[in-house]
Amino acid sequence: MAGKGRGIAAFTFNIEALGLSRGSMPETQRGPTPLFPQIEYKPVPLKAGEDEDYMRALKQEMRGRMKDLPFNVKPHAGKGDVERYKEKYTREIKRIEDDNWTPDWNRLPKELKPQKKIIKKKRDTTKNAKISSKDKVEVLNKLDELEKKGDVKSDEEDEAEGGKKEDGEEGEEEEIEAEYDEELEEENDYIASYFEDGDDYGGGSDDNMDEATY
Amino acid sequence: MTVQEVRLCGLLLQQHFGNVVEKVGTHLIRSGVLTLRALAYETKLPLDLVKKSLCVLVQHGMCTFGAGRRGPAGPVEYRINCESIIHMLRYPRYIYTAKSLYGDTGELIVEEILQRGQMTMSSTVRTVADRLTNNMPEGQSMDYSEVVSAFSRLVETHFLQRCPPLASAGSSSSTLDTPLPAATQPTEPESHPDCYKLPYINLTGQGKRRRSSEGGEADQRAAKKARTDNSECGDDGIHWQVNFQRFHLHFRDQAIISAVSCKLDQSSSEIVRTMLRMSEVTTPAHAAFTQALSSNEIFRALQSSYNIARPNLDQYLSLLVDDPMEFVGKTGDSGGGMYVVNLHRALANLARATLESVVQERFGSRSARIFRLLLRKRHLEQKQVEDFAMIPAKEAKDMLYTLLSENLVQLQEIPKTPDYAPSRTFYLYTVNQLPTARLLLQHCYKTVCNLIERRLYETKENKRLLEKSQRIEAILASLQATEAEAAQLTEVEEMITVPERQQLESLRHHINKLDSSENQVDESIFLLESYIKSTQASR
Repeated sequence: MAGKGRGIAAFTFNIEALGLSRGSMPETQRGPTPLFPQIEYKPVPLKAGEDEDYMRALKQEMRGRMKDLPFNVKPHAGKGDVERYKEKYTREIKRIEDDNWTPDWNRLPKELKPQKKIIKKKRDTTKNAKISSKDKVEVLNKLDELEKKGDVKSDEEDEAEGGKKEDGEEGEEEEIEAEYDEELEEENDYIASYFEDGDDYGGGSDDNMDEATY
Repeated sequence: MTVQEVRLCGLLLQQHFGNVVEKVGTHLIRSGVLTLRALAYETKLPLDLVKKSLCVLVQHGMCTFGAGRRGPAGPVEYRINCESIIHMLRYPRYIYTAKSLYGDTGELIVEEILQRGQMTMSSTVRTVADRLTNNMPEGQSMDYSEVVSAFSRLVETHFLQRCPPLASAGSSSSTLDTPLPAATQPTEPESHPDCYKLPYINLTGQGKRRRSSEGGEADQRAAKKARTDNSECGDDGIHWQVNFQRFHLHFRDQAIISAVSCKLDQSSSEIVRTMLRMSEVTTPAHAAFTQALSSNEIFRALQSSYNIARPNLDQYLSLLVDDPMEFVGKTGDSGGGMYVVNLHRALANLARATLESVVQERFGSRSARIFRLLLRKRHLEQKQVEDFAMIPAKEAKDMLYTLLSENLVQLQEIPKTPDYAPSRTFYLYTVNQLPTARLLLQHCYKTVCNLIERRLYETKENKRLLEKSQRIEAILASLQATEAEAAQLTEVEEMITVPERQQLESLRHHINKLDSSENQVDESIFLLESYIKSTQASR
């Protein structure tokens, strides 16, 4: 679509309609706009009055106060650090509240409640061993019997059933232990803390259960 | 959720609740709805931290949960309510309004409830009474009954409301009988019939003064006792939250009244104030105009201190009706004339004034003239703009293009032929108020984000200096408490050198300015948000 002259820029529309003329095109953009552009008109000064000062003071106070409330969730501090002497006094001065905020569990989904730690894995392993050894003996006996009968399929079924029974027994025992613990806890004078103190006890996640608690 | 809104929510969460909650919250905003396990996996945070953060967010009403896509038997899904996070910007304004309406007691009540999200009435009363007692001179203490009466007044005027109950009891183990409501339909607090009913509690006593000389043990004992006391009052499980909508209606009324007093005069604004107060309870939240009020009723309701005689009232009302801003409209002639306050139109006019002033302050008064012209005349060609605005062609062209590049003005093509040939098409400039308002609202969010980031930067740069000054203040305070000599005090004070003092001064000045700016940008945010909401509601 050449237009009047080859190579000469020709617009397909009447540029007079937009108020342009050949000689006075607006400048093209060269690169991104500067980060802090020059402004031609200075901004209007802020409103300054008693109300504004009071609201500003409120804002700053609130910001400081929110840092000390238990809602300010802090990432896990390093384990095994002794509580420093001054911490007791800084907490009192700054009025940092204890992390003993307990929400109303009726208003939250059950899954958000921290589960009681069930540290019975060691005992479980021995039981496991016992059960599995018992099972082994049973399985061996059954194998002997079935060798005589010559039936291989039932062995697998028995093993599978034995495995399921194992899990079921373990699960029940854990639940029983957990309920027992909860009852014990509620009869105390102490209120179970929601946020466990990372400094005193191993406050790590459930996954790192290398050490037993004291 | 726009980019700026997400950024702003992240910064606000970080300021108030720390980095962990910020991470959880931002991720949940970006992903929409998530279950607990998915959230923990994607943010790579330990599960108990994620649980704590979600508890904090739900406590403050910023996160809702409900049965997920798999129905009541599936895992619970969480979703974030961005609006309530952005309301955190406005907390100082709410507290200040409560102070102006209900005094110091009201102020402290609202402040406590805002900081903790939800509270029972008894714990609020106790905490506020203790705080007030601390500020009173020795020997006096605040009685609980005064705080209770302030609380009841706040509830009566709907500034505080009960938290909506969950459909399920929550602690029941069988999820089959009591399914949680679907996450898409949160229960409105107003749908609960007892929303504003005060519980009967037997709470008598006085605030306790906090003594710093008591040992830590005594405090702990007292704190434990206070916690066991909680269950003695009869209002377990009834939590109160701040009714943001009511505060917003109050701010809207204030904006209209001040606009009337600026445009007309004080007496007209008093008349409009009376009309608004009379229709406070009868007007639903997003109505376009108030209930019709007759001129006789208005006259009876006018306070005698305003000294407006009956014929004057009629004159003022007709002036208000004739005003081009259309704050008040006449809907009938019975009872001396039926008048309504045009809420939606007032908000639209206020938003338009905001837009015009923004253009004026950024681009000059002649660009503002072009902008106002386009708002009034809707569609104009290039030539017509130059003629109507009485600005020479070249400059008008430049200004129009600047406005166009900033997206404040749009170009509308009207073809003469179906093939949209450029030589045979009209190009008209136009301004659409609603999209431009939305654009400016996003600019406001971006502004607040920038202000917050700048303040964080300034604080970080001078961290060492700030810590040093805090330590010295603590030393001074402890010295003064033990009544040290003046020489020791001056010695400690001199530990900060003069240039450091100046630096501290200028830092404080900058931070104050940035904080003030945040509060004032929030006023524009409020106006634009109300206008956009009101337009959507009236569609």
